[in-house]
Amino acid sequence: MTSQTKLQSKMQAAASAPRWGDAVLLIVAILGLWALASWFFGVTNLPDPIRTFRQIWIEISDPEFGDHLAETSKAFGTALCISLIGGTFIGVLLGSRRLAGDVFEPLLIALYSIPKISLYPIVLLMFGLGISAKIAFGAIHGIIPMVIFTMTAVRNIRPVYMRSIRTHRLTAWQGAAYILIPAAVPEIVAGLRIGFSLTLLGTLLGEMFASQRGIGHLLMRAIDRNESPTIMALAVMLFLFATSVSLGLLQWDRYLRRSA
Amino acid sequence: MTAIVIAHPVPTRRSGMKQAWLTYRVILLRTAVIALSVLMLELASRMGWIDSVSFIPPSKMVLSAWDILIAGTYKTDIFLTLSAAGLAVILAVVFGFLFGVLLFKLPRVRRVLDPLLLSYYAVPVFVLYPLLIVLLGLNRWPLVALGFLFAVVAMAVNTLNGLERVPNVLLRTARMLHMGRVREVWLITLPASLPFVFTGIKLSIVYSFIAVIGGEFVLSGAGFGYQIAYAYNNFDNPTMYGLMMLLLVFVGTLNLLLHTAEQRLYQRRVLKEIA
Repeated sequence: MTSQTKLQSKMQAAASAPRWGDAVLLIVAILGLWALASWFFGVTNLPDPIRTFRQIWIEISDPEFGDHLAETSKAFGTALCISLIGGTFIGVLLGSRRLAGDVFEPLLIALYSIPKISLYPIVLLMFGLGISAKIAFGAIHGIIPMVIFTMTAVRNIRPVYMRSIRTHRLTAWQGAAYILIPAAVPEIVAGLRIGFSLTLLGTLLGEMFASQRGIGHLLMRAIDRNESPTIMALAVMLFLFATSVSLGLLQWDRYLRRSA
Repeated sequence: MTAIVIAHPVPTRRSGMKQAWLTYRVILLRTAVIALSVLMLELASRMGWIDSVSFIPPSKMVLSAWDILIAGTYKTDIFLTLSAAGLAVILAVVFGFLFGVLLFKLPRVRRVLDPLLLSYYAVPVFVLYPLLIVLLGLNRWPLVALGFLFAVVAMAVNTLNGLERVPNVLLRTARMLHMGRVREVWLITLPASLPFVFTGIKLSIVYSFIAVIGGEFVLSGAGFGYQIAYAYNNFDNPTMYGLMMLLLVFVGTLNLLLHTAEQRLYQRRVLKEIA
């Protein structure tokens, strides 16, 4: 038992320790492949890394860019907040009521795996063109994984916690706020990692279809104008943002699991 | 646990109704929830509580879906979407499997690629769609490529997961019997990791459909997603809802079948492990 836990902790330490050599190797490999692909397809079709990074600078210094970025950030931030708060709330509710959880879980999983983009017109009809439709669409994407993760965490909570809720005669709200949610935080963070990326995807998809502002709109405009450097620059910016946040959340998740 | 069961023995004889209620309670309630929400929507639309032009009653959606199916107007679009998604699934499964095996055989490569695999789905791959159109032209290939990119990593990660869980004793058996590489994969590795590989295949199918339909919806000239967007742009709501209905029924059935098959595979594996 002890040797096993020792091994586990050693493995965890190895997994979480930053390996800068590997990271540098990965980045160099990606840049190398990218340059190769760019040479293969032609620089005008697929700009090489140097050109792309120069283009990123051009995009950022464009005075319009700030407005588009603000629009996307606002839509994405609001959607993420709704996903996080709503997802945690519904997740705790469904997790603590076993019957309700059993009834709704397959429905949630079915909802998770349908191509929600095809339902975007309904969202547009409901909220009209504009930022609220994007927020709604982002939140629809993000809230489901949050609910599923929180629900599973609350269901598998240690029985002693449930007993302590009963012995202290906590109300449902107190029980959720002081016991259930704190105990489920590692799972909530794991759900947030998936919810984050799906909310970003939903918001961007919403902007790519029937929208006049935002990063998604810039992407679609670049297709119309056939500006592949702009597409590449925007894609790389989004990739860098999403990857760094995701890795950050992963580190947080690992830290919580280790201390739990 | 057993002590509790002994202290409160479950009454074995109950009236038939009550027993049936307890067994099927969850399924019945679930059906009731769905039926009630459909009914509410129907009522709200018919009574004019919500705008009945934007939100047509579900009965009309079903009728429209049936008409579309009978008339066969969208046969080519359905075929195009299915073929693009199918091709993406095949490519993703084959290359994802090979990629997973490669990662398993080369741990050094895997360690370097690990951050990429972990954060792959954080990146909205959809933003590559415009680039794929520039590279491959506005035809079906960018959609296939998008579906492939969306699905291949899920397949690879699940293959890797499955290979890591192949019991050591089976691998030793393979070595003892002097199996070649190909025979070892075919007779030992693949059957032993099948449930996990199947999860990969399931995710590949789901992701490919999401990507292909999303791509068609955003920018393309044909296909199921395109027709939904086209109907929306023309304020043709009955057609739009009919198409959505067809799509949801199709994808829902597909997911249900895959899910059932997956559960069966995992159960068989668990039973084997217990035995």
